[in-house]
Amino acid sequence: MGLQTQSQNAIDFKLIDSILRDYEYKKSNLIAILQKVQEKYRYLPEEALTYIGTKIEGVSPATVYGVATFYAQFSLEPKGKYEVKVCDGTACHVRGSMPVLNALRSILNLKEGKYTSQDGLFTVETVSCLGACGLAPVMVINEKVYPQMTEDAVKIIIDTIIKEEKEG
Amino acid sequence: MSDKKTLFINGKEVEFTNEPNLLEVIKKAGFSVPTLCYRPDLTQFGACRLCVVEIDGRGIQSSCTMPPEAGLRVKTNTMRVRRIRKTVLELLLANHNRECTTCEKSGNCDLQKYANEYGITDLKYIQRKEMLPIDDSNPSIVRDPNKCILCGACVRACSEFQGHSVLGFANRGSKTQVQPFAGRELSSVDCVYCGQCQAVCPTGALTIKSEIDKVWDMVNDEKVKTLVQIAPSVRVALGEAFGLKPGDNVIGLLNTALKQIGFDLVFDTNFSADLTIMEEAQEFLGRLKEGKNLPLFTSCCPAWIRYMETQHPDMLNHLSTCKSPQGMLSPVLKELVPQYFEGFTKDNIKVISIMPCTAKKAEAARQELKDETDVVLTTYEIAKMIKSAGIDLSELEPSEGDSPFEQYSGAATIFGASGGVAEAALRTAYYMVTNEPLKDVDIVQMRGVDKNSRQKDVEVDVKGTKVKVRIVSTLKEAEKTLQQLKNGETDFHILEVMACPGGCINGGGQLRSCDDISIKEKRANGLYKEDRELPHRMSYENPEIKKLYDEFLKEPNSHKAHELLHTHYSDKFKNSYKDLV
Repeated sequence: MGLQTQSQNAIDFKLIDSILRDYEYKKSNLIAILQKVQEKYRYLPEEALTYIGTKIEGVSPATVYGVATFYAQFSLEPKGKYEVKVCDGTACHVRGSMPVLNALRSILNLKEGKYTSQDGLFTVETVSCLGACGLAPVMVINEKVYPQMTEDAVKIIIDTIIKEEKEG
Repeated sequence: MSDKKTLFINGKEVEFTNEPNLLEVIKKAGFSVPTLCYRPDLTQFGACRLCVVEIDGRGIQSSCTMPPEAGLRVKTNTMRVRRIRKTVLELLLANHNRECTTCEKSGNCDLQKYANEYGITDLKYIQRKEMLPIDDSNPSIVRDPNKCILCGACVRACSEFQGHSVLGFANRGSKTQVQPFAGRELSSVDCVYCGQCQAVCPTGALTIKSEIDKVWDMVNDEKVKTLVQIAPSVRVALGEAFGLKPGDNVIGLLNTALKQIGFDLVFDTNFSADLTIMEEAQEFLGRLKEGKNLPLFTSCCPAWIRYMETQHPDMLNHLSTCKSPQGMLSPVLKELVPQYFEGFTKDNIKVISIMPCTAKKAEAARQELKDETDVVLTTYEIAKMIKSAGIDLSELEPSEGDSPFEQYSGAATIFGASGGVAEAALRTAYYMVTNEPLKDVDIVQMRGVDKNSRQKDVEVDVKGTKVKVRIVSTLKEAEKTLQQLKNGETDFHILEVMACPGGCINGGGQLRSCDDISIKEKRANGLYKEDRELPHRMSYENPEIKKLYDEFLKEPNSHKAHELLHTHYSDKFKNSYKDLV
């Protein structure tokens, strides 16, 4: 069965247990639990979803999977160390979010359907609105906001991060 | 407490009391509105929007989610309402794989029926082209996501009946799908194959895995001798496919029909239900004496067995080791029919069982019961088979099955209703302990198949010993009881579990019963009526059972009986997708 994935050994069920305990194994805390798990792994591994579905009363693996796939904030695939969100709300779109996105994709060798770079460092996604329209076009990398993006600015930012990573 | 309240439906004044929604009042008044997602035994969902009606001053409302109110003026067939319903149907059909002629549900499909009734002959919308893979990975149920209309009936059935939620909604918006965990196949999640999902499915998205062709091949193969066995609850439901009423007992007619189709010998699973009782009552008394492995859990329901094996492997010792009546009769037939009938050998016999149940197909495929039951046909399939043979069941003359495995007691026939197995077992256990027959044969507290009777506690006095019995139907109720047992909050001696609400009369392989909650009761009444009318009402009185023990098995739980009639269970949690947990 499709279970013997490479990530199987990587799941620390004790860690998930402690998260579940913090949230009292409650069905009503399911979203918060999933957020915590995603924080640890940068995505929601299938095994973790099964585990949560088995441990919380009143939900099943299938219902947990339903919640995890319903919300855009959850990812079922491993995400890069740097999560890049390009705002494509109306204001950002008008002010040129698409050239910014295309620049990112070409630097990182990504395309529609492939969101995470080969080295696992970056995941690039679009979001509908970040609520910072005055700064359009906006980009966010792991909570840090970059206002008024241009193609050149994007290149500098990404290059800087890559350089920092290399120097450790 | 019923205050007299009325509302108006299409101008007709209708009284209502505690109907849960306007739709039920409309039905009571003799009108009908189309529904796809509404199933009276499940919570209201309001997904399909087909049951919309127009209410003066309130506009368009979905009648399944609207509580009835005094003075409402409801119209069920205005132009506006009909136009909305038609658009809803057109949109559903645009996303539906419309290969009606080759669909298993054809003729029994709600979507097809309404499309026809609303005169949809041409669609303005382009059909979705992308086709998703069909899941036929298990012996019981086929899931075709290309025919799913996302009404959620199966999701609710799985959760509200079985508390198990093997099926769930996944993704969002236009990508929404109903599927098992992570889109897996049903065979690789912990589905118990009860079939309630397919029983409530309004389209061909969930269907019974048909084995009709396999049986036709056997019947028409001269080298093969076909033996049939018929489960208790089939006889009170099958007639419905031929214009008879729910609860009408058609066993005699079915015997004739099966012979006409060409089955060689027709036996009755009721016979082996009596056999099950002899074995199980003896087993129970043994456990009671030793105080071991109590409470005893009944083992007739294969969905319940699979549930125990996959969810509670630590409690398998409670399960009766008795095979189900299907599981008992098949090996007995293979062993003994060659002794009674000429031309029949162990190698040329095929046993086909007719069951109200999709999980029985999976039971027959169990490693422990291999090569015993060859094919399982559901009530639904045998109705189809009889029709395709050009036989009208209602026109036939009744006939008897083949001796010596067809006689049965009243105790056997009530197996089909929730509480029946426990009642039957107690009748015999009482005799085994006291050596005298139980005076009040009808243990009516054990009966009842409606929503409020899914858990029943009954105490029976067996000459000083109080035997406490818990009867549950649906695995959701069973799970509650198991938790109570684990926490030491309850104690009793026998636990009877049937996975389908109300028992086998409402099984996942039965004819359609999801739109009318009274059908369950009518079928159950049919069984209890037969019980009252039969010459023998206790399993130990069945002359053919006596003969089988005298000539072959010697006594209940004998060595030979253990060999043929008992089985064992294994921890399937280990093989489950949850193993790593």
